[in-house]
Amino acid sequence: MGVWGLILNNMTAEELTGITADLVVDARGTACPGPLLAAKKAIGEIESGEIMEILSADEGTKHDIPRWCDKMEHDFLGVIETDSYTRLFLKKA
Amino acid sequence: MQTYLYNQAHHNQFIMEDTKTTDFAEMQAQMDVLKKKIAKLEKSRKDQLSMAVVSGDLDKILAAMVISVAAAAMDTQVKLFFSFWSLSALRDPKKSPKGKDFISTMFGFMLPKGKDKLSLSNLNMCGMGPMMIKMLMKKQNVMSLGEMFKQAGELGVEITVCEMSMGLMGFKKEEFIDYPNLRFAGAATFVADAGDSSIQLFI
Repeated sequence: MGVWGLILNNMTAEELTGITADLVVDARGTACPGPLLAAKKAIGEIESGEIMEILSADEGTKHDIPRWCDKMEHDFLGVIETDSYTRLFLKKA
Repeated sequence: MQTYLYNQAHHNQFIMEDTKTTDFAEMQAQMDVLKKKIAKLEKSRKDQLSMAVVSGDLDKILAAMVISVAAAAMDTQVKLFFSFWSLSALRDPKKSPKGKDFISTMFGFMLPKGKDKLSLSNLNMCGMGPMMIKMLMKKQNVMSLGEMFKQAGELGVEITVCEMSMGLMGFKKEEFIDYPNLRFAGAATFVADAGDSSIQLFI
């Protein structure tokens, strides 16, 4: 298990804080389905195994992005909640 | 006694080997049947969404477009079949085709000219409702209907216009919006597309 165990079972906010994403997508200016669309467009810019962080102010995105990752076989790492928005982390398949 | 036991054991082993070969052949046959079935299933149900869009209300066209864009973002092939009232949403207000008969002209005059003129199915309040919804959408950063059509076009969402309703309402091909994947076809096209799709919706 080791590191993979952590990746498969979502990481905690403390663990995620230490991660520097290879690409940060700021989708706070759009509501559903904007952030998902932004993520889909941005995922092509990173290589397999790299980490993408999505910033979203839309509540639904927290549930949508993991579902999308599940389908596209990316590793969904977890979320960090702040007062006004959510930071979502994923590792490209 | 010992000889009997030996014979018995030998006999059992012989039977077991015999059953093993028949089991294997049977399993092989079952595998072949399953393989064929899986190949058929994989061919028949694609990762595709087929939607019959019939309503011309702002809220319902919005729902159809939000679902389409979300599905396309999830790499699902999307095929929309626009028929009846929904055709109003595809009209281009800048285009005015010539050569319409009296009834067609009347229809064209009474029906909303384009997606920005649609009314709400509830709380329309003579146009106040749509105005307020559009204001709220802007405030909440929801994509406008125009932006959604643009994104859908870029993502390869196909729109098929029902030829029969187009003729019925007197619309002409020339008055529809410039959309990259606009096709004209009949109900059988929708049925065929829907049969291939893993998701089918009617709005």
